[in-house]
Amino acid sequence: MANKAIRLPVDEAAIRALAVGDEVEISGVMITARDAAHKYMVESDAAEVRELLRGGIIYHCGPVVARDGAGWRFVAAGPTTSIREEPYEHEVIRRYGLRGVIGKGGMGPRTLEACKLHGAVYLHAIGGLAVLLAQAVKQVRAVHRLEEFGPPEAMWVIEVERFPAVVTMDAHGRSLHAEVLERSTARARELMRTFT
Amino acid sequence: MDERQLTAWLLELIRRTSTDLPADVEAALVAARDREEGRARSTLDWILKNCAEARARSMPICQDTGTLILHVEHGPDVGPWLIERAARAAAAEATRQSFLRPNAVSPVSGKNSGDNTGLGAPFVTCHGVEEPGALRASLVLKGGGCENVGIQYSLPDDRLGAGRDWRGVKACILDAALQAQGFGCAPGVLGVGVGGDRATSYLESKAQLFRRVDEVNPDPELAAVEAELLGKVNQLGVGPMGFGGQTTVFGVKLGLRHRVPASFFVSVSYMCWAYRRRSLRLERGQPVYG
Repeated sequence: MANKAIRLPVDEAAIRALAVGDEVEISGVMITARDAAHKYMVESDAAEVRELLRGGIIYHCGPVVARDGAGWRFVAAGPTTSIREEPYEHEVIRRYGLRGVIGKGGMGPRTLEACKLHGAVYLHAIGGLAVLLAQAVKQVRAVHRLEEFGPPEAMWVIEVERFPAVVTMDAHGRSLHAEVLERSTARARELMRTFT
Repeated sequence: MDERQLTAWLLELIRRTSTDLPADVEAALVAARDREEGRARSTLDWILKNCAEARARSMPICQDTGTLILHVEHGPDVGPWLIERAARAAAAEATRQSFLRPNAVSPVSGKNSGDNTGLGAPFVTCHGVEEPGALRASLVLKGGGCENVGIQYSLPDDRLGAGRDWRGVKACILDAALQAQGFGCAPGVLGVGVGGDRATSYLESKAQLFRRVDEVNPDPELAAVEAELLGKVNQLGVGPMGFGGQTTVFGVKLGLRHRVPASFFVSVSYMCWAYRRRSLRLERGQPVYG
């Protein structure tokens, strides 16, 4: 299966054309955000990142970074568990015009609904793929709230090239995570009966 | 023992643990890759490629370098206070050298200490042995994603219909794997502690993670339960990263602890595929890394 290229910023039509199972490669500028950043984006107007979020993608990631001259370099940068942002993400998608979220583990019904309503997708990166994904980060352009949030929680503005991910929740209401959960729960019910 | 020397050895232990996956873990991932197809297979291919790259470049396999769980057996000539001081210094230096992410934050304010030290961090347990000059250290780096899917059951459990017997214990283990789905970065290994109190039951489940993946439990009864659960958990179809597939876990490791009659805990600790576990021992005063 050919990988679909996504260049940021991306428009709604391109996102609505994606379906669960599509493998994509993302290029352009995106921003990392996890727990502290999501709380911040919902509780304030996050003026410094507003522009980037419109048509943009948030990456759920708390990287290992190293100083590189006057700037920074990503050393290890795999995705973090996304479900922690479930209380916030639907509001971030709605308010900022976000087109996608990259993370791991998938998200819940409120995010899925927001994806459908506003035209966004959930993209799954492989958890722990820290070295390869850091290599897809070509440049660290800026960092916001570093002092306040600390390195893992800060909002890193990064330029990525051919960042690999899989669509696991699309803008048509489908979630691979909900499907796997349903199938495995049914299977577990049968397996429970086999124990002696 | 010289504290600075010990710090340097522990720093090297941390570097190896963070960047170089043990051979038994990698072999299990290769075997899993070979029996999978489709997305499950390509996911494991990516994972193996990442591990090779991390090793070659001496970079952390995963950005969540986790909690340091360090267990040290030492002879009478080494004080545990010295080991703890050296471990803190080594963790701080490993953070400066980007082998560890600054991962110790104040519990309520979230303020990052910046160097992986803090209240109870790193987690070091020392155990004195009689043998002079002995030093055996085991380290596991356990990330937060998999730690969060750990779970403790108190039997009987009505929801599961699990009683105080092997059937009940097995139901807990299967349920833990089901609840974990792909969230803990599947495929992983389940460390299970049966019995004990709330703390020691979890401690036992973590202690199981120091075992090799290919090690067969010396107790035949436990070995049979481990094999049965490995097979059945993999019938859930959760697969690598929860994308679906035959490999949901590549190990189930079980340990028992006597309990008080009133309590019956089953604790499950989930270790992600980035199963970073390494050891250090001294042989004639020289460090040997395993």
